[in-house]
Amino acid sequence: MATITEKATLHDTAPEPAQTGTPEAVDEPEVARRVAIICSKGSLDMAYPGLIMANAARMMGIDAMIFFTFWGLDIVTKKKVEHLHAGMLGNPSSPMPHSVMGLPGMEALATKMMKKKIESLDIPDVPELLEILDDAGAELYSCQLAMEMFDLDDDDLVPQVKGSLTAMDFWEKAAGAQVVFI
Amino acid sequence: MTTATIAGVQVDLDAEGFMTDPKQWTKEIAETIARDNGIDPLTQKHWQVIDFCRADNEAKGTPPTVRRITKQTGISTKEMYQLFPKGPGVLSSKIAGLTKPKGCI
Repeated sequence: MATITEKATLHDTAPEPAQTGTPEAVDEPEVARRVAIICSKGSLDMAYPGLIMANAARMMGIDAMIFFTFWGLDIVTKKKVEHLHAGMLGNPSSPMPHSVMGLPGMEALATKMMKKKIESLDIPDVPELLEILDDAGAELYSCQLAMEMFDLDDDDLVPQVKGSLTAMDFWEKAAGAQVVFI
Repeated sequence: MTTATIAGVQVDLDAEGFMTDPKQWTKEIAETIARDNGIDPLTQKHWQVIDFCRADNEAKGTPPTVRRITKQTGISTKEMYQLFPKGPGVLSSKIAGLTKPKGCI
């Protein structure tokens, strides 16, 4: 409560800079909210947060775009999208010690368990989630430079990707959006 | 919680403008909330969604998410966004006189 009062006082004395900080813009014209999410990692546990957050934005009527760069390209690469792994090594939250997780087959086991849990909660798998995002009007783009690095063409990517962007194209498209980097 | 009069009926609303008591809802309220959110008129497809949301809320005690609506009614995700362009996840519930859905999908 204290902060709201403070803001109100600020607003009274200096109306101009307080425009974005007011708790509720009641009488102001509706400004379309936008989010731009950069997915830079291709493991299952890094793919879902970005995709779910973008979808949640669309369900609330917020414009959403996702930019897949570097390992994040795996999420939209035809050959990889169905085989994303749970990244347990290098993850301090891994339930098992790294010495065990590093053994052959352990990562596959962890992935299988995670996928099973995801399915049991009726969360769509990644390919279906990409379709849902596309149907929901979220815009998916790939990073041009990362595509060159990994020798990928547009044909290598899932059809939901609208095209590839340079870093500067991204900022152009993301104008006015809240940007999230994953 | 606040009260407001929508389509001549006094209703209880939460902070985000969702009705907290589905029993206070009327079809006229649905039409009014829809109009306020740029949907006019409510088509047969809209009513199919609204009726499902209310029935599902009654049965499950919680309003359905977009994924549940699409899976149970056969209405596609694309159609849901055509029906509720300003956000099917919140508007389906709001128009149906229900609280905000709790699921993330």
